[in-house]
Amino acid sequence: MIFKPVLLWSDLLLWSLVAGAVVLALYCRSQDYLRRAWRRVGESSAAMASVTVLAVFVAVGLLDSLHYQPRLPAKEGSSEIQYAPEVLSALDALFADLRLNNEKTYSAPLATHGFAKETMERDGVQTRDYPRLVFGGAHLDELSQHDADLRSRALSGALKGALLWAAFTGVVVGLLALAQRRSYADTCRAVWRPRRSAERPIAWRAVFVTAAVLCVLGGVIAAWADGYHVFGTDKVGQDVLYLSLKSVRTALLIGTLTTLVTLPLAIALGLIAGFRGGWWDDAIQYLYTVLNSIPGVLLIAAMVLMMQVIIDTHPEWFETAAERADARLLALCFILGLTSWTGLCRLLRAETLKLRELDYVQAARAFGVSDARIMARHVLPNLMHIVLIALVMDFSGLVLSEAVLSYIGIGVDSSMNSFGTMINAARLELSREPVVWWSLAAAFVLMLALVLAANLFADAVRDAFDPRFQWRARRTLRRAAA
Amino acid sequence: MIAYIIRRLLYAIPILIGVNLITFVLFFVVNSPDDMARMQLGAKRVTPEAIEKWKAERGYDRPLVWNANAAGLAKATDTILFDKSMRMFVFDFGRADDGRDIALEIGNRMGPSLAIAIPTFLLGLFVTVSFALLLVFFRNTALDVGGVVLCVAAMSISGLFYIIGGQYLVSKVWNLVPISGYAPGLDAGRFLILPVLISVVGGIGSSARWYRTLFLEEINKDYVRTARAKGLSELRVLFRHVLKNAMIPILTGVVVVIPLLFMGSLLLESFFGIPGLGSYTIDAINSQDFAVVRSMVFIGSVLYIVGLLLTDISYTLVDPRVRLK
Repeated sequence: MIFKPVLLWSDLLLWSLVAGAVVLALYCRSQDYLRRAWRRVGESSAAMASVTVLAVFVAVGLLDSLHYQPRLPAKEGSSEIQYAPEVLSALDALFADLRLNNEKTYSAPLATHGFAKETMERDGVQTRDYPRLVFGGAHLDELSQHDADLRSRALSGALKGALLWAAFTGVVVGLLALAQRRSYADTCRAVWRPRRSAERPIAWRAVFVTAAVLCVLGGVIAAWADGYHVFGTDKVGQDVLYLSLKSVRTALLIGTLTTLVTLPLAIALGLIAGFRGGWWDDAIQYLYTVLNSIPGVLLIAAMVLMMQVIIDTHPEWFETAAERADARLLALCFILGLTSWTGLCRLLRAETLKLRELDYVQAARAFGVSDARIMARHVLPNLMHIVLIALVMDFSGLVLSEAVLSYIGIGVDSSMNSFGTMINAARLELSREPVVWWSLAAAFVLMLALVLAANLFADAVRDAFDPRFQWRARRTLRRAAA
Repeated sequence: MIAYIIRRLLYAIPILIGVNLITFVLFFVVNSPDDMARMQLGAKRVTPEAIEKWKAERGYDRPLVWNANAAGLAKATDTILFDKSMRMFVFDFGRADDGRDIALEIGNRMGPSLAIAIPTFLLGLFVTVSFALLLVFFRNTALDVGGVVLCVAAMSISGLFYIIGGQYLVSKVWNLVPISGYAPGLDAGRFLILPVLISVVGGIGSSARWYRTLFLEEINKDYVRTARAKGLSELRVLFRHVLKNAMIPILTGVVVVIPLLFMGSLLLESFFGIPGLGSYTIDAINSQDFAVVRSMVFIGSVLYIVGLLLTDISYTLVDPRVRLK
């Protein structure tokens, strides 16, 4: 084999989370009320546009979660197969150029020359000038071609992006036509100009428009990235575009894996506290009041400090640097989960208190159904909307807090790419003269895109699943119709 | 009322004991003092003698919870649990790793933290509530939609960017105020204006949206219709009636924060070099000064509990229907 697959713990958990999401999606399809709620999410253009953006992020994150160790070229006279010590991912393989084409130090976006002057020898005379970059614009023979080259690359990139978009749209519309048993032309028309009917149509148009923007943008960036550093390079000459792509996985992992800790704790404890009452309730309430009364950042800081001591005093537990960084990331998710389940637990407890007095639960009790079964079959499904809303609403907050924590120095391992570490490095770069702004800008743009999309999607999910909000949405609809 | 307050204060004791136990387990059981010493002295190549010395200097050389060698009451008191955790109940925090008295340091750093937190809090509350009321006043218009979109965009930006961007723009490009630093007394204004502004602007997005939802919920109630039917102007309805009745949910979120104000903001203070409690905490985290972090955790939870109590008391002030028993 030319590579050895490496399964990091976070990969395993992330992929099992993906599997869980697929199972959940299938379950939602089978349940009428859930399908209708998700349909309402689909009717919102903002939600569908943000789903498209999120899908791109998720794709990047998942690609970056397929890890392997490449095989080293065989030594002469030895038949032993050896693998490189560094752990790479599918994303690294895909963007090998970005990863390997390192400059010496800072360079501005799309630049051909370095950012700082250097002493060099030209025609036997020592001069100080901006050095030519090793990779950025290296293909240019004459520097006057720079602008023209950028323009032509942008044009061809945009065209390729448009082609990609056309293919994507064609396939999706085809699938839609197949699913709805309509002719292709009819489906096209319905997607582009949805008819007003009792049921609002799924906002496919938003998906296609967003996809068009993303494809063209992606095409241009890809075309430029082929010969330049689109977002410039950082202090040690690494491509900032590559660094920011790598950061996406960290952000996604923090946002999603935390739920693996939060959910079981919040659901189990909230249900038991609300349903059993008595000293169970007292004990659980005490537990979350205690946890809640410690300011979040401080509790996280204290736990992370402790974890750091454990990791530092047991270096023998980790074979590679990637494994150590991974363990730290997981521990961070675990800690964030431990400190953030209290809010959801309190909500679920309150709702359970209400539900357990309802007739169907009383009826189940009268039939002698066991408590555990009543909780699982009759109470839990009626709590799922709260769980779901809390989950999607929390995601963006977690992504943002990762950046802050990494900045404070209690976030992910410093060897791991994340938006927080990027911002942290950028702080010193801003005080340089002239300013090195690009890595900060790249982190800003990507984070804004990710968090904004997540926020808009979370809003749509809340509107669709929260009974209170549905009531309001219907009324505004009625008012609009009148 | 007084009986209620006393009962609540008594109720706080088991919670504080819980907090204390959690921090104790975190700091001394998850990692033994040996681990900490090894970490502080540099994980490798450290002699057992050096570890013992480090522990003895800081009083970590005693048993964790029970000292069998001591006599009488000292069996329980001459332990790490008592010395490092239980003493916090009388606000005796001991010394930091650099030898300075933590309580003294906290007293000195309280001022700058408050100087930045109180204006931020008041100004922020005023600006966000007014902005939210403005959005409600123009509800179902383009202005409202635009405002909400702006709020969502604003809350999607990490606080770090507000600070970095504000500092860069105002201090470096426009050169209006110093980038960072602090001076005691009236001189402080120069240094405080930018952090206050930045944190107010950074907080508008999420809070204004939250207040807007509160007000919208309130505005469909009957008393609002009555007020309008009386012929009151919309502004009067909003500021006199709606705002008053939305006070309870606003207070719930706001009063809890008041005591915590004196802890300062971790980010702002460290970015602007303000010698408050927030930057003290960050420095302690970075230098892994466990004694300081432990003290800050304890103080934070005391303040939080005080905040909860204040919230309940404040309810009675704004809503005569609430009676505390």
